[in-house]
Amino acid sequence: MKSTFVKAALGAALVATTAWAAPTAASAKTLVYCSEGSPEGFNPQLYTSGTTFDATSKNIYNRLVQFKRGTTTIVPGLATSWDISADGLEYTFHLRKGVKFQTTKEFTPTREFDADDVLYSFDRMWDKENAYHGVSGGSYEYFDAMSMPDLIKDIVKVDDYTVKFVLNRPEAPFIANMAMDFASILSGEYADNMLEAGTPEQVDLVPVGTGPFQLVQYQKDAVIRYKANPDYWEGPAAIDNLIFAITPDSTVRYQKLKAGECQVMPYPNPADLKAMDADASINLMSQEGLNVGYLGYNTKKEPFTKTEVRKALNMAINKDAILEAVYQGAGSKAKNPIPPTIWSYNNDIVDDPYDPAAAKKMLADAGYPDGFETDIWAMPVQRPYNPNARRMAEMIQADWAKIGVKAKIVSYEWGEYLERTKKGEQGSFLMGWTGDNGDPDNFLAVLLGCDAVGGSNRAQWCNEDFDKLIQQAKTTSDVLERTRLYEQAQVVFKEQAPWATIAHSVVFEPIRKEVENYKIDPFGGHIFYGVDIKE
Amino acid sequence: MLGFLFRRLGDIVPTFFGVTLLVFFLIRLIPGDPILMMAGERGVDAVRYAQLKAQYGFDQPVIVQYFHYLLGVFQGDLGKSFVTKKPVLEEFMTLFPATVELGVIAILFAIVVGLPLGVIAAVRRGGIFDYTTMTISLAGYSMPIFWWATMLIMFFSVSLGWTPVSGRLSVLYYIEPTTGFMLIDTLLSDQKGAFVDALRHLILPSIALGTIPMAVIARMTRSSMLEVLREDYIRVARAKGLSPAKVVVVHALRNALIPVVTVIGLQVSVLVAGAILTETIFSWPGIGKWIVEAVSRRDYPTIQGGILLIAIMIMMVNLFVDLTYSVINPRIRHTR
Repeated sequence: MKSTFVKAALGAALVATTAWAAPTAASAKTLVYCSEGSPEGFNPQLYTSGTTFDATSKNIYNRLVQFKRGTTTIVPGLATSWDISADGLEYTFHLRKGVKFQTTKEFTPTREFDADDVLYSFDRMWDKENAYHGVSGGSYEYFDAMSMPDLIKDIVKVDDYTVKFVLNRPEAPFIANMAMDFASILSGEYADNMLEAGTPEQVDLVPVGTGPFQLVQYQKDAVIRYKANPDYWEGPAAIDNLIFAITPDSTVRYQKLKAGECQVMPYPNPADLKAMDADASINLMSQEGLNVGYLGYNTKKEPFTKTEVRKALNMAINKDAILEAVYQGAGSKAKNPIPPTIWSYNNDIVDDPYDPAAAKKMLADAGYPDGFETDIWAMPVQRPYNPNARRMAEMIQADWAKIGVKAKIVSYEWGEYLERTKKGEQGSFLMGWTGDNGDPDNFLAVLLGCDAVGGSNRAQWCNEDFDKLIQQAKTTSDVLERTRLYEQAQVVFKEQAPWATIAHSVVFEPIRKEVENYKIDPFGGHIFYGVDIKE
Repeated sequence: MLGFLFRRLGDIVPTFFGVTLLVFFLIRLIPGDPILMMAGERGVDAVRYAQLKAQYGFDQPVIVQYFHYLLGVFQGDLGKSFVTKKPVLEEFMTLFPATVELGVIAILFAIVVGLPLGVIAAVRRGGIFDYTTMTISLAGYSMPIFWWATMLIMFFSVSLGWTPVSGRLSVLYYIEPTTGFMLIDTLLSDQKGAFVDALRHLILPSIALGTIPMAVIARMTRSSMLEVLREDYIRVARAKGLSPAKVVVVHALRNALIPVVTVIGLQVSVLVAGAILTETIFSWPGIGKWIVEAVSRRDYPTIQGGILLIAIMIMMVNLFVDLTYSVINPRIRHTR
């Protein structure tokens, strides 16, 4: 029995690289992050959860293009520049020279990063014939969800430091997709070695990237240890060791932060925010999340086919009360379908005022002086963009009752809820979205485009003017022009009111005062390159 | 003795099948399609959905799926987790030592504290010590673990700073798992202070987890002792002029232990249930937390495998308890 334990424990423990700085090694700077859970694995191509991205892509890997830390702006990564052909179908990336992959116990790179690594990373996901395609379950959900298989026509190695992506149709958000976690660049040489050794799955268990930190040890549900990559191309990180102390309970994370057992923690319990704010040793940072929570109207169902009805219902909802009761201060009022952290957010738009009397009159003018009967669907799950859908539904139900609209609250199990709202069985429904790549298209086309009706466009809303604008914005790569088009699209959205935009959640990150230069990632990730600790 | 062992082992077989059957079908009664749950708001297209269904074997009739599963179990294959894609048995073996370590220390705490409390309370029946102990143990029995654990952390770790908040070992120590038991691994390593650190990390979780069993053991020992102390042979022992300590420890306690051992055996399942909460609060990398997470993600192979392994463990402990009876009271061996 004991030997089984020994074997299992040894097998599961990831032993990587050279000696770990012992606690006695005086000058080493160590930052401890109380993370919320164990990663699903160490290859970001295979998974979709933020916990996994924090442990992998955000700190171990790089991408061809990246998001500037703390923003949704795209900057060069492993590609120093890129050209887009006039027809928008060819993206040519010029690769950075002199980038080294990390050296681990199992792998010592013999060459620097080049086009072969890009080809390996993408062919694995894209080419079903690739030797690695089926390894470790072989499902690339995010790559698929962003429609990359349909979008990419060919990936060509032009020379050792140039790679060309050929697309099937012009798609401006493509460049933002290339900055997403699944587009991380893995080592092709390491993959070849492991395939030869007959252990291809090692690539996904013991990661080798080009990023600022490299994995030293992982013990499931306990700890992940990293050390700074001494050869990192942007210069070594300010901290020498990075430790994720896996702590699933949010209250305990806070206790650990207070006791100094960790310096940064994610996802605080809303009930603790007040105390954190008052604590002199803690700096409570906050920012609007990359999400939107909304109430959608099924625009194919009477009486929601009428714009006036939708407008009137919007005006009857008391958003301030919802923010206080449902978000408990951790939310900001939404007037647009995209959050303010995304470029092209139209701040000139004026939200529908809360005015029950005017709403009642507008409803009467639309032909419903005595209101009508309908339903409000409430999600059965807690989401960042809506912490308590049931409570929100009840509040909207009460608000609407004041203008004579009698609403019944309906709920289904989550999978069922998603399927039925897709088909359009609902009257009105609560829903939301968390952005993937910081591109406005990722909200406006995915949730409100005509192509998405019957899919993620659950309001079943197809407006010709709106759709023309977002289609046009998809096919031009000029950011200024795209911005103008999206701003215009938001105006149409507000006039037509397929949704009542409720809120963007606010993300809070308590960090200890000695932590310097930490930035909240708008994508919800936790990035430790660039962060320092005061001695 | 051997016959008794085989009879008891024979009883385990139907229980084992019952567990596989129950777990397999019960989790499929929880509403929620695992594939749709994983896809969330983003959704999954019909082709990919069919692919995934086939990959996980959901396209076959449930009864066929069950026989596939059972066949795997007999070959020692519990399947691979939907989430991590790793073999369930391997994950279990990595996490199991942590739960065992915590459970053993917690039950030791419960016995070491509970047994003497019960004995003294019985001997001093009706006294102030008796009342105090029984009131405290009733409170301990009724205490919600999550509340009790949080209180312990806030008082001992944050206010007083005596114990660490959570985890198995301070992150500054770097220990390679050899046995998976932190107390042993730290002893084997050459890092000074690691063993003491591991021990300090065990204090609060084992108190939190051991409080309910401790209360139960104390109350059970007391009432069992009271019964025995009334027996004629105790009076005889006393009349023979044996010292009170000898009467209590040698004559009374041994006979009072049978129901107490039963209760200790039963506490194992209480410990497993309590471990779920304790492990979550103290960030303890054990199997309790692992299974709860699997349920919320509808990770069928992990739930099935994990519960089956726990059930086997509980059956083994019960067997062991039965064997212990027969040592304490040889008459039990012969009754069917």
